[in-house]
Amino acid sequence: MAHASNTANVATALPSPLNPAEPLIFEVSRAGRSASAQRPIGLPEIRLSAKFRRQVAPGLPQVSELQAVRHFTRLSKLNFSIDTHFYPLGSCTMKYNPRACNTLAMLPQFLGRHPLAPETNSQGFLACMYELQEMLKDVTGMAGVSLTPMAGAQGEFAGVAMIRAYHRARNDLARTEILVPDAAHGTNPATATMLGMTVREIPTDAEGDVDLDKLAAVVGPQTAGIMLTNPSTLGVFERNIARIAKLVHEAGGLLYYDGANLNAILGEVRPGDMGFDVIHMNLHKTFSTPHGGGGPGAGAVGVSQRLLPFMPIPVVGKAGEGSGSSYRWLDEKDLPQTIGRLSAFMGNAGVLLRAYVYARLLGREGMHRVAEFATLNANYLQARLRDLGFDLAYPKRRATHEFIVTLKRQKQEIDLTATDIAKRLLDYGYHAPTVYFPLLVPECLLIEPTETEDKETLDAFVAALCAIWEEAKRDIAFVKGAPYKMPVRRLDDVRAARQLDIRYVAGTGVSAL
Amino acid sequence: MSNTPAELKYAKSHEWVKKLPDGTLLIGITDHAQAALGDLVFVETPKVGRKLAANEACCVVESVKAASDVYAPVAGTVTETNTKLGENPELVNDAPYEGGWLWKLQPDKLADVDGLLDADSYIASIA
Repeated sequence: MAHASNTANVATALPSPLNPAEPLIFEVSRAGRSASAQRPIGLPEIRLSAKFRRQVAPGLPQVSELQAVRHFTRLSKLNFSIDTHFYPLGSCTMKYNPRACNTLAMLPQFLGRHPLAPETNSQGFLACMYELQEMLKDVTGMAGVSLTPMAGAQGEFAGVAMIRAYHRARNDLARTEILVPDAAHGTNPATATMLGMTVREIPTDAEGDVDLDKLAAVVGPQTAGIMLTNPSTLGVFERNIARIAKLVHEAGGLLYYDGANLNAILGEVRPGDMGFDVIHMNLHKTFSTPHGGGGPGAGAVGVSQRLLPFMPIPVVGKAGEGSGSSYRWLDEKDLPQTIGRLSAFMGNAGVLLRAYVYARLLGREGMHRVAEFATLNANYLQARLRDLGFDLAYPKRRATHEFIVTLKRQKQEIDLTATDIAKRLLDYGYHAPTVYFPLLVPECLLIEPTETEDKETLDAFVAALCAIWEEAKRDIAFVKGAPYKMPVRRLDDVRAARQLDIRYVAGTGVSAL
Repeated sequence: MSNTPAELKYAKSHEWVKKLPDGTLLIGITDHAQAALGDLVFVETPKVGRKLAANEACCVVESVKAASDVYAPVAGTVTETNTKLGENPELVNDAPYEGGWLWKLQPDKLADVDGLLDADSYIASIA
């Protein structure tokens, strides 16, 4: 199905000679134009049977080198990123990624290492990975760590796969139910479902803790485990964690720790000490590796003693001590009960190296300060916004590393919504907080400043929120029209979702499904 | 103020139930629920013939904000679904009690409907 124009779905700001819109690079393409310096001198002979060769040239843009450079440089200037803007995107931990981590992880000796290089040629890399495993064990209180999951979601998958493998190894086959609090990230029930488990939702009480009576009523011989995020997605510490652990363990189930909010407790309390059997860590959050647009991430898993045999492979092992020690990959032969491999090699090596450098830079001392400043910043922001009249979702609770403002009252009184604030914040130069998550809280902003922000930035953000509220009281229609300073205006997200139309057919100026 | 017709029955989880003359039930989500969800972009109704337990999650409504489950208010068998919602999920927003109905149910026990909330109790539950 073809549409007349690919821009029809988008309410673009009107371009003018003073405010030109950045076109798609395909729109500036002219037949025959190319980067002359890059033009090949005579094409090499292609030794490929004609039936495998494409008949039509690919629809690549034809532009000059400088056109390409300027186009992508201008696009990069349109980015909101942690290097340019305050980015309080709750639950995502958008903290600063120290340059030192990049610099060291990109040493040519690391970059040039082939994943199939023999262990004898990879001792330095393997030593880093072994030490990272040890540091993550130490800071989470787990008995073993495997670095191999490529992302948080894969870490979750590995975690629940290990829970399943554990019950199966004991021939305890009736345990097919995973308990998930209603505040959980959607990935938790999705993970359990992917592994063939049945998901049972546990309600949350009025102060944000798991409802213990409801939990006690549903645990039993069918319980494989519970997936908990602590601090929870509501930005509060689960106060009953010890009782939850006891309840679930006594029923024969295991406890899974979703590491989404590990930043709040790093070095202060350890999931292993809370009774968790398996944990995944989003290294791209807590250990400050870059958040890509969907990757590469790293979702290392930690396990308690009883899940050690089931860890995903490979894991790095060490033989000997001191100068005589050596490192090697542990595989199926070492861990015959493993849930297996999750990728061709061992996860995203470059991301793991960045996490390793970050952990080494912090040291044990610094890990404490991560959690302390993350919670201090969140509580400072929370207190200032509360004092200025914003409603907190959990006013009786201290914030962890993040907290929730609800605009339910503003919506009722002046029709100011979370979306309106999020869009207007862009004009003020801030990335929006997370909006409409957790689903339990109406018109919510989930705000996570992280430990790497200074007080002036937090104060300026508070001032922006107050200014937007004032604007809305004077002229709600104005705020509903935001953003005004962005390359595009308020997008019709409903129409975009209903008429999903994301493919551009090069050369025709037409998008098609 | 959302619209809550007095002649319908309601579940706490925001479904409405209408008794049809042939003994089946028409089921949808309330005006309050559609307003809270925002503009729907996708509706997945249960399969015709599926047997539902009371309070079983059987239908998904997805807005730009979130995907939410819709629950069976009473036990029974699905006899028909609103096929128009495939192309026009916005019917649920525009007319939650009319063109935006979700599915028809042959209840196991018609009397189960009497155990649901009346309009006043439902209004009280969402206040």
